[in-house]
Amino acid sequence: MCSTCGCGSDEVRVTDIDHQHAHDHMHNHTHDHTHTDDRAHTIELEQAVLSRNDHLAEHNRTWLAGRNITAINLMSSPGAGKTTLLERTVALCDRVVSVIEGDQETLFDAQRIRAAGARAVQVNTGAGCHLDARMVQRALDELQPEPESLVFIENVGNLVCPALFDLGELTRVVVISVPEGDDKPLKYPHMFAAADLVVVNKTDLLPYVDFDVDRLTRDARRLNPAVQVLPISARTGENLDSWLTWLVDKP
Amino acid sequence: MHELSIAESIVDTVLERTVDRHVSLVRIRVGRLAAVVPDALSFCFDLATSGTPLEGCRLEIQEQDARAHCRDCDTEFVLPDLFLLCACGSADLEILAGRELQVASVEVE
Repeated sequence: MCSTCGCGSDEVRVTDIDHQHAHDHMHNHTHDHTHTDDRAHTIELEQAVLSRNDHLAEHNRTWLAGRNITAINLMSSPGAGKTTLLERTVALCDRVVSVIEGDQETLFDAQRIRAAGARAVQVNTGAGCHLDARMVQRALDELQPEPESLVFIENVGNLVCPALFDLGELTRVVVISVPEGDDKPLKYPHMFAAADLVVVNKTDLLPYVDFDVDRLTRDARRLNPAVQVLPISARTGENLDSWLTWLVDKP
Repeated sequence: MHELSIAESIVDTVLERTVDRHVSLVRIRVGRLAAVVPDALSFCFDLATSGTPLEGCRLEIQEQDARAHCRDCDTEFVLPDLFLLCACGSADLEILAGRELQVASVEVE
């Protein structure tokens, strides 16, 4: 186990808060063939390190596409307002919404989503700092989202590690909140390079902090020229209609 | 610190292919845009191999430069970081290399 942040996946718990009991069943989709060569001292492998994760992510993507479910991987630092945005989305969106919540501990966020009126499954990663495709596969198995619905995967709050792991989502959204500062794209370039949409949340606080939306947009596009930037306030509802339009336009 | 997950994936990948043969060296290829810190990965590799048949095995990390092609001026160049900018001023780049994260080969005894 990592002594810095202790991340590792063996302590993962998936909880459906509608019938609260932790499941420990595993669905391994690995291929158990082996390749050995008795003579060679060097064995060429040429295999992507994350090939297992990517393989499971493709399984998830195919499973979701077969049901016309739109999955959105929502990433940010802790406290940027992901869950508040989802609460508002549940209340306002025309499509059926369900949520996979990722946190190291507690059922707090899944309970908030449930209270807002949508189904939710909580993934507790233990010491883990990101969700991976296997956790999402287990969560989808538990959640069984409706065909044609929207599934949000709220990743563990972290602007670094989640960027690397394909979950099988259709699209990736990064939420950055105004109090965090407008320098985040340059400080955490991998996250912003991986995003399809950057939501700038807590715009109601713009008068009180030095945050330049234009600078953030410019820097994000230095990394990711096609990225869209959408300023909103999940708390006051400002510009949420644009967010809902963006969601509805998803296939 | 996603490097531990990556180190665990390297161990799984290698063990799947080498079964119970003694592995003395694992060579991996890491692109400079792969968001992996070689020192952190080396540190985590020791943790991830501990108690497995790969315990004590060396990790050799080959870092790969990132390369890009500019669609505007049709040149190819080394990309020093994730900022997509050609010397001609264009940001319309295609990344050709630099995101690799591969187990290249292993030495067995």
